[in-house]
Amino acid sequence: MSNKCDQPNMNRRKLIGGAIAATGAMTIAPGVILHAASTTSEDSTGASSKHRWGMVIDSNKCAEGCSACVDACQSEHGLESHGRPETDAKWIRTVKLKDKATEHENRLVLMCQHCENPPCVDVCPTTASFKRADGIVLVDRHRCIGCRYCMMACPYKARSFVHETLSNQSINAPRGKGCVEACTLCVHRIDEGVMQTACQEACEKEGHAAILFGDLNDPNSEISKILKTSNSVQIRADLELNTGVRYLNL
Amino acid sequence: MSKMYYRELYCGSPVRFWAGLALLGSIVAIGLGAAFYMEHNGHWVTGMSNQIVWGLPHVFAIFLIVAASGALNVASIGSVFGGPLYKPLGRYSSLLAIGLLAGGLTVLVLDLGRPDRLIVAMTQYNFKSIFAWNVILYTGFFAIVGIYLWTMIDRTVNKYYLTAGFAAFFWRIALTTGTGSIFGFLVAREAYDAAIMAPMFVIMSFSYGLAFFIVTLIAAYIWGDREIGDFRLAKLKNLLGVFVGAVLYFTLAYHLTNLYITQHHGVERFILLDGGIYTQMFWIGQIFIGSIVPLFLIYSPAFEKSRWAIVAASIAVLIGGFFQMYVIVIGGQAYPMTLFPGKEIVESGFFDGQVASYVPTFPEAALGVAGIAVALTMVAIGARLFKVFPETLEDHT
Repeated sequence: MSNKCDQPNMNRRKLIGGAIAATGAMTIAPGVILHAASTTSEDSTGASSKHRWGMVIDSNKCAEGCSACVDACQSEHGLESHGRPETDAKWIRTVKLKDKATEHENRLVLMCQHCENPPCVDVCPTTASFKRADGIVLVDRHRCIGCRYCMMACPYKARSFVHETLSNQSINAPRGKGCVEACTLCVHRIDEGVMQTACQEACEKEGHAAILFGDLNDPNSEISKILKTSNSVQIRADLELNTGVRYLNL
Repeated sequence: MSKMYYRELYCGSPVRFWAGLALLGSIVAIGLGAAFYMEHNGHWVTGMSNQIVWGLPHVFAIFLIVAASGALNVASIGSVFGGPLYKPLGRYSSLLAIGLLAGGLTVLVLDLGRPDRLIVAMTQYNFKSIFAWNVILYTGFFAIVGIYLWTMIDRTVNKYYLTAGFAAFFWRIALTTGTGSIFGFLVAREAYDAAIMAPMFVIMSFSYGLAFFIVTLIAAYIWGDREIGDFRLAKLKNLLGVFVGAVLYFTLAYHLTNLYITQHHGVERFILLDGGIYTQMFWIGQIFIGSIVPLFLIYSPAFEKSRWAIVAASIAVLIGGFFQMYVIVIGGQAYPMTLFPGKEIVESGFFDGQVASYVPTFPEAALGVAGIAVALTMVAIGARLFKVFPETLEDHT
C-alpha cells in the first residue's frame, strides 16, 4: 500500500513504548539514589515535649513607627529584600488596626503562631511542614516540594515562598529556592540554649519590651505567669488551633 | 444494530496527521521552555507572589484535572449505566480522560517550587493531607482507566469490562471529590472552607469533561474524515445542557449560603459586586458565556440540528468553566483573609487587609496552554496506536 494512505507501522509502537519506559526511569532514578543517600542517621537528643516554646506580645507596648523586630529577623535569618515587596520573604511583620466601631487603634507584630494543631502541617503532602515536640512549627527544606498548599492553608499568612535564587545565606537559617519558609522561633538559638529570639532582643534594645519569649509548659516561666494573670487572646481563636503566640491588650 | 468496528486514527494524508502532531508538539515545547524559564529564575518572574500563591498554571491544571474525570463519564454511562448509544464512545472517553489528567498534572508539577522533588511527593505521604491523597487518586486513575480501556480493546479480557467500569466510575468520583476538597478543607480563607466544594467540583467535572469530549470528538472525526450521526450528537448535547444547569444550581447554592452568613458578606460582595476583574469573570465569563449562551444554543429550537451550535455551546462551556476556575482559585486568594474581625487594617508590612493584585505573565499562560497540548498530543498518539475510534458513528450503526 502506498505511503499516501498513511497506514500503520507497528514497529513504531515498540519504539514509543520503549521511549516512555526510558523517560520514566530517567525521571525517577536520580531521585531514588539521592533520596537513599540523604537518609543518614544522626545522634541527636532532639526537641523535648517537656517544653512548649511560645511568645506573648503586648499590643500596647508595640511602638508606632518602630520596625526593630522586623529588621532584626531579616538580618538574623539572612532575608534579603530584592525591592519586590510582593515576593520578598517576610517572617515577621507589623500591623496597625483600627476598631471599626470605636476607632480605637492597636499595633502588633504578626508571625507564625506556632499552633498546636497547625493547618500547614495538616495539608502538607510530604510532611515537610512539621511540628517539633517542643511546639515549634518548621519546614524541612529537603522535603518541601514547593506546592504552596501550606500558604493557602495558613490562617495567618505567616509563610513566604522563596521566589528567587539565594545568595549570602545566613548560617542561622539555611533556605531553599522554591521552598516555603516561616518564622522558626529562632530555633537555632533555642537549640544552642539561648532563650531569646532575635525579635525579642531587638524590641528590648529599643526599650519597648513588647515581645516576650518563653516556655508555656513551665508554670514558673515569666511568660506563663503573665498569661495566668493577664487577659490574653489568640488571633483567630475561633479556629481552635491553640496558638503558641498570645496577645495582650488586643 | 450492525457490528461496531474500531480503527486507528488515520487521516486522508500522512501530512495532515503529522502536521497536527507537530503543531501540538511545538506548543508543548514552548510550554516546557516557559517552565524552565520560571524554574531557573524563580517564581518572581511570574505574576505569583506571597499573596497569590497559586496562579494561572493552577487554574489550567485544576481545570484539566477536573475535566479529565468528567471526560470519563461517557464511558461510565456506557458501562455502569448501560447506555447503548454511549458504549461505542467508551474507548475514546477513557483515552481523553487519561490525556487530560496527564496534561493537568504536567502543569501542576512544572509549577512546583521544586519539580525535581516529585519523587519525594511519591514516596513521603502525609495521609492527613488531601494533596497526598490526590497523588494516590491521580496515579490510581491512570492505572484503573488504563485497565478499563484495555478491557474494552482486548477481547481476551473483555469479561472484566463491567468490573473495571464500576471501579473507574467510583474512582473518578473520589478523584474529583479530592480535587474539590483541596479548597473545601481550607479553613483559613472565606471563599473556601465549604463542604459543597467537593460535589460542586464533581458536577463541574461532568460539564467540562463532556464539553471537552464533544469538541475533541467532532474535531477528531473531521481530522480523520469519519462520520458522526446527528442523533448521537443530540444525545450528548442534551446531556451537556443538564450538566450546565446542574453547575448553575450548585453555584447558586454556594453563593446563597454565603449570602445568608453575615461573616461571608465581604467575600460575596467582592465576587458578585465590586471585585473588578473577578466580578466581571463571574458574571460575563462563568454566568453569561459559560451558562446562558450554551443553554440557549442547546435548547433553542433554532439550533436543533446545527452541529456548529453544539460545538459553540461546548466551547462556551469550556471558556466559562475556565473563568469559573479562575474566580475560585485566584479570586478566592485575592480577597484578604479576615484576621481581626471587627477591625480595619490601617497599615501592614505584608499586604494584610488588601485585595491582592495578580497579573498573569506569558510564561504562566504558555505552561498552562501546553497542558492542553499535552492532553491532545496523548490523545492523538493514543488514537493512532490503538483502536479507539469507531470507524463510523453514523446513527444506523
